[in-house]
This record gives sequence, C-alpha cells and structure tokens, in this order.
Amino acid sequence: MKTDTQEKTATKLVTKTVTIESKTVALPIENIDTDQIIPARFLKTTSMEGLGDNLFLDWRYLPDGSPNPDFALNKPSAKGAEILIAGDNFGCGSSREHAPWALKQYGFKAIISTSFADIFKGNALKNGLLPIIMPPDIHAELLKWPGIVLKIDLATQTVTLAGGRTVEFPIDPFAKQCLIEGVDELGYMLNQQPAIAAYEAKRAGTVNTLA
Amino acid sequence: MSTQPRTIVEKIWDNHVVTAQPGVPALIYIDLHLCHEVTTPQAFQTLRDRGLKVRRPDLTIATMDHSTPTTPHNLPILDTVGKAQLDQMEKNCADFGIRLYNLQSDKQGIVHVMGPEQGLTQPGMTIVCGDSHTATHGAFGALAFGIGTSQVGQVLATQCLLQQPSKTYAIRVEGKLQPGVTAKDIILAVIAKIGIGGGTECVFEYTGSTIRGLSMEERMTICNMSIEGGARAGLVAPDDTTYQYIAGREFAPKGKEWDAALARWQQLPTDEGATYAKELTLDANTLEPMVTFGTNPGMGIPISGLIPDPAGISDPIEKSDLIKALKYMDLKPGVPLKGHPINVVFVGSCTNSRISDLRAAASIMKGRKVNPKVRVLVVPGSQQVKKQAEAEGLDKIFREAGADFREAGCSMCLAMNGDQLEPGEYAVSTSNRNFEGRQGKGGRTFLASPLTAAASAITGVVTDVRSL
Repeated sequence: MKTDTQEKTATKLVTKTVTIESKTVALPIENIDTDQIIPARFLKTTSMEGLGDNLFLDWRYLPDGSPNPDFALNKPSAKGAEILIAGDNFGCGSSREHAPWALKQYGFKAIISTSFADIFKGNALKNGLLPIIMPPDIHAELLKWPGIVLKIDLATQTVTLAGGRTVEFPIDPFAKQCLIEGVDELGYMLNQQPAIAAYEAKRAGTVNTLA
Repeated sequence: MSTQPRTIVEKIWDNHVVTAQPGVPALIYIDLHLCHEVTTPQAFQTLRDRGLKVRRPDLTIATMDHSTPTTPHNLPILDTVGKAQLDQMEKNCADFGIRLYNLQSDKQGIVHVMGPEQGLTQPGMTIVCGDSHTATHGAFGALAFGIGTSQVGQVLATQCLLQQPSKTYAIRVEGKLQPGVTAKDIILAVIAKIGIGGGTECVFEYTGSTIRGLSMEERMTICNMSIEGGARAGLVAPDDTTYQYIAGREFAPKGKEWDAALARWQQLPTDEGATYAKELTLDANTLEPMVTFGTNPGMGIPISGLIPDPAGISDPIEKSDLIKALKYMDLKPGVPLKGHPINVVFVGSCTNSRISDLRAAASIMKGRKVNPKVRVLVVPGSQQVKKQAEAEGLDKIFREAGADFREAGCSMCLAMNGDQLEPGEYAVSTSNRNFEGRQGKGGRTFLASPLTAAASAITGVVTDVRSL
C-alpha cells in the first residue's frame, strides 16, 4: 500500500517534451565544456534561477560588456531558436547541472551533436532538454545551414529535416518514457523503497557508516 | 552469482544492484555520498519542497571547498554571495542531520582530499559526489563518479541512483618513470593520446607495473583526471599499498571488521581472463614531463615537444578548434612551449594538493627564489595537509622562496573564490582543466605536474624540471 508521502512524491513534475519545431542556431565548435556554457563564477547561487542570462557569457559579450556581434547566438537570425547544433562531445567538463538549467532558461529545448559527455547528457534529460545524437554526415549538414527549421519528435525518435527527410536518433528508453509521460525519476525511485530496504538488510555489516 | 571472469568494475556493479528490471536502468546502491556547497543547495530544496528526509545521513558527509576563501578562515568572508552559499550549507546539514566539516573544522578540505585522508574512501564502494572529479576515490578500487544536482537529490532521498552499466577500458602503464616524470605526466599523456572524449561511456581501470609501483596519492592524481579523458570513472584495483594507506584512519574498519573488510577487498581485482571493452598501453620509460598548450586537457605535449601546427590537420572542425585554441592562448604553432614566459604558478586542486605534491614543489623551491615577475600560490588540499606541511617546515620553504602558502580549498582551479588569473595572464597550474577562462576570465592555463610548476616558478618561464 502506498503511503501519502509516496503518492505525493510520485506527482508529475516534469514538463512534457514531445515535439519541438524550431529553427536552429549553430556553434561549430567541438568539446564545448560546461565552463563555457556557464562559467564557475555563476555557481555561487543557491537557486536555479537567473542562469540563462549568463549562458555562454564569455563568448556572448566583448570585454567592454557589449554583445559580441560575431557570436552565433547574437545574430538577429538566431533569435527565438530552440535547437542548438554544436560540435562533438558537447558538455564535457564539470558535472554542474547549472549548464542544462542555463541552456533551458535561455530558451533551448534540444541540443544536436554527434556525441555528448556522459554527465551532461544525464543532467540534460533530467531537465527536459533533449540531447540528440545525429550521424556525422547529417550533423555536418546541419552545422552548415543554421536557421533551417527542424521538427523533433520524441515519441518516434526522429528529426525531420527540411524537405521532409526523417532521421532517427537514439535515446534512453526510460528517460524517454519519463519525458513523454511527465513522470519524474525521483518519484519512481521512492516507490522502490521496499527493495532498497531489503538490499540494506542483506548488506548489513558490510556498509560502513559514519556513526 | 556469475562464474564468468569479471573486471573489478563489473564486480562492484554486481554487488550494488538493488533492482534490475527490463526497460529501466538498474537501481544501484550508493555506499558513500560526499557533499559540498556548490552542487547541493537546489537538491536540499527539492527535499524540502517534497517533504522528504535524507535516507542515510550516516552514509553522507559534507565539507566546504569550492567557494571558500583561502585567506585565513577566522577573517570575515567578504564575498556576500559565496558567504550565503556557505551559510546555506550549514543550514542544510543542520536541518537534515548531515556531518559537516566546515571552515572551522580541522578536517575541512577539498572533498576528494578529505574523503581518503579520513579513511572514508574504501575499496569496493560506490561513491558519488556532485563533482566530476569524484573519480579520484577510484584510486582505492572504489567505483566513484560525479553526478548532477538532480541525482544528488535522488541519492539524498533514496541512497540510490538509476544507472546503465559502464564498459571497462584498461589503461596499462608499464615500465619505470624517469626522474622528473610523475603521475600527473602519465595521465596528461593518456589524455593527449585518447582525446578528451576517448573514454565516453567507460570506466578506466589503470593497471600495469608502473601503476602498481605508485603511492596512493599518485594513484589519486591519475584517477582524478579520468573525467578529462571523458570516462565516467577511473580506478585502480586495491593492493597492499591501498590497505596500508587505509589502516588506522578514522573511518577505517577496526579489529574483526578490518579482517572481514580485507577479505572482501581481496576479491575485487579483475579476474584472469576477463575481457575489456577497450585497451591502451603506455610505455612509462619513454614518458617526459607533459604540459598542455591549448584549451582542453587533451591538448598536451611532452616538454621537449613543439606546439602542433593546424596546417597539418585535415579535419576541418579539429583544425578550426586548434586555431581557436592557439588564438585564445596567443601561441604560435611549430615552436616549443618550453621557455614561454608566465605570470602565475598555482600548486593545488584535487589533482595535486596532497602532502606528496607539496613536498615535490618544496624540493624544487628549497633554497631558491621564485622569479619576481611570477605570483605563486600554494594551496593545500585540506587542513590536515596544511598541518602536515607546516610540521615538515614546507610552509617556510614556500614563503622564503617568495610563494604564498594559503588555506585549504579548490581556489584557483576554478576561480570561484576570488583567487583568479587576470585577463591575458599565463599560469602553470597543477590543476585539471585549462578551458577558456577556467582560472579567471581571459586567463590562460598550462597544466603540468607540481615539479614542472615549481621549476617554472623559479625561472619565470615554462621549464623542464630536469634542466634545473
């Protein structure tokens, strides 16, 4: 029987992410690290708010504080883009979840690359930001033609390119289910408490405690 | 129980599966959860919002390291935002019953220095922390990895994580290190070879005669930078060196518990005949001191080498990335990095701030003066390291040489706490990341060992320690 707490914690908290239709903006740079996405000096916050303003801050602004006109996100054509196309190994470096928080708050809903750093990928999925892996040839084309409109459908795991061609992308099936059904992972995990207690009983005496 | 030969990674995994259902990642139990002030506040807030408790405060421990000043800890903290974060950590730990080594504690320190030195880190454990350098603890044969803040909340509430199994990637280092070549040079050479995404979806198992001959602190330096090779974690199978290090520390098992733990730990090393997903072998005999020239840790060269030339690279994005890195670093291709003037030397970080690192730096600085143009910061990894360094007189060696010896913390590794490079400055740093602006906006970082850093502090240019 579920307790009140379990019912409460199984509440659907995550915004449903099913389809995204948007123009793209491209950063043809490999290994974009989380220090570029959100510099460490902005990690002193104790909330999740206000990070979008500091996204890519040291690339977005010139030393005098004015917007860098050469940076892709500052071009008028990039305004409103919800899909970011970036080079290989996006999100490498630190484990800061502030990186996907900042990307989402800025307005991005999906990042397309050929690969993602493991921790970033996990963090992004937990925040409804889709890390989408495309084959290198398609990815190279997308980098070349920023501004085109793409349609991403999570249910069918497809990206529809201009001209109607569709390309499939891989995604962890459980993360997909959580995103489509709007169920959060913590709620799912809290419902496993009997199994966790059984495991703890089995391991008794072999787990060190700080007591 | 499987009778197939298994790697140490597979054994630790098997020991920690709580549930494994089709279509869902396995629920994995976490033996030790390390917390610090930067990546936990939002997780504690989630617990408050949902009326949850910390399931195992007895398996959770916290310290303060990232946003802490390295000026004397009895002085007021001037950075009000950083201070608010530290205050929040105090409140969160008090409210949820978590042991905290705060700035007034003599056990405070960088979370990855504190854990092992207190004996918290032990073989066969699963260890997590909201910090990508958690792999440091893998030096003890633990499966230790960095997590995001959502996962910090999950571990606080359930002591578990949903995880996919990792592939094991064997990194064999064979042979004898030459004088002046260190553990840091091994890991920089590995990353230069495989690239910063080379270990994605893998856990490195460092093995081979060279690794076996390393001290625990040297093994920690290597495991620490596993993430810089893109790996989820990195570890070294435990052996007598491991057991000797742990024995007698505060949280180490004692008496009969020690005997039982030792028997379990001795089962951990990879079985004969186990298969690895990937393997790499490195010859230690031919390694030189390594130094990075670019804006990611894979952009490293031997100290006698030349900065690579984009003209020789065919892949267009790789080429433009190298051009971008050299532009940011304001370096010319095709010339040595050795001899390049520097402004700052930083000896510290979870990679290289332990007592052996400080001894190495002191061995070079003893009886010498740092170049008057160079600002030198020596930041011990913990209060315990600082105390030990003072007992050995290392603080005097640093100060007499003209270096600044500071309080424990992450400091200039990520420049959150006010210790930072000025725009355009060059630093030789013993830390782990040389990303653009990592050590301060516009700052430029050359990653190297404590020996190379100390030698460069003396000469004022990037220096081959073997030439001093």
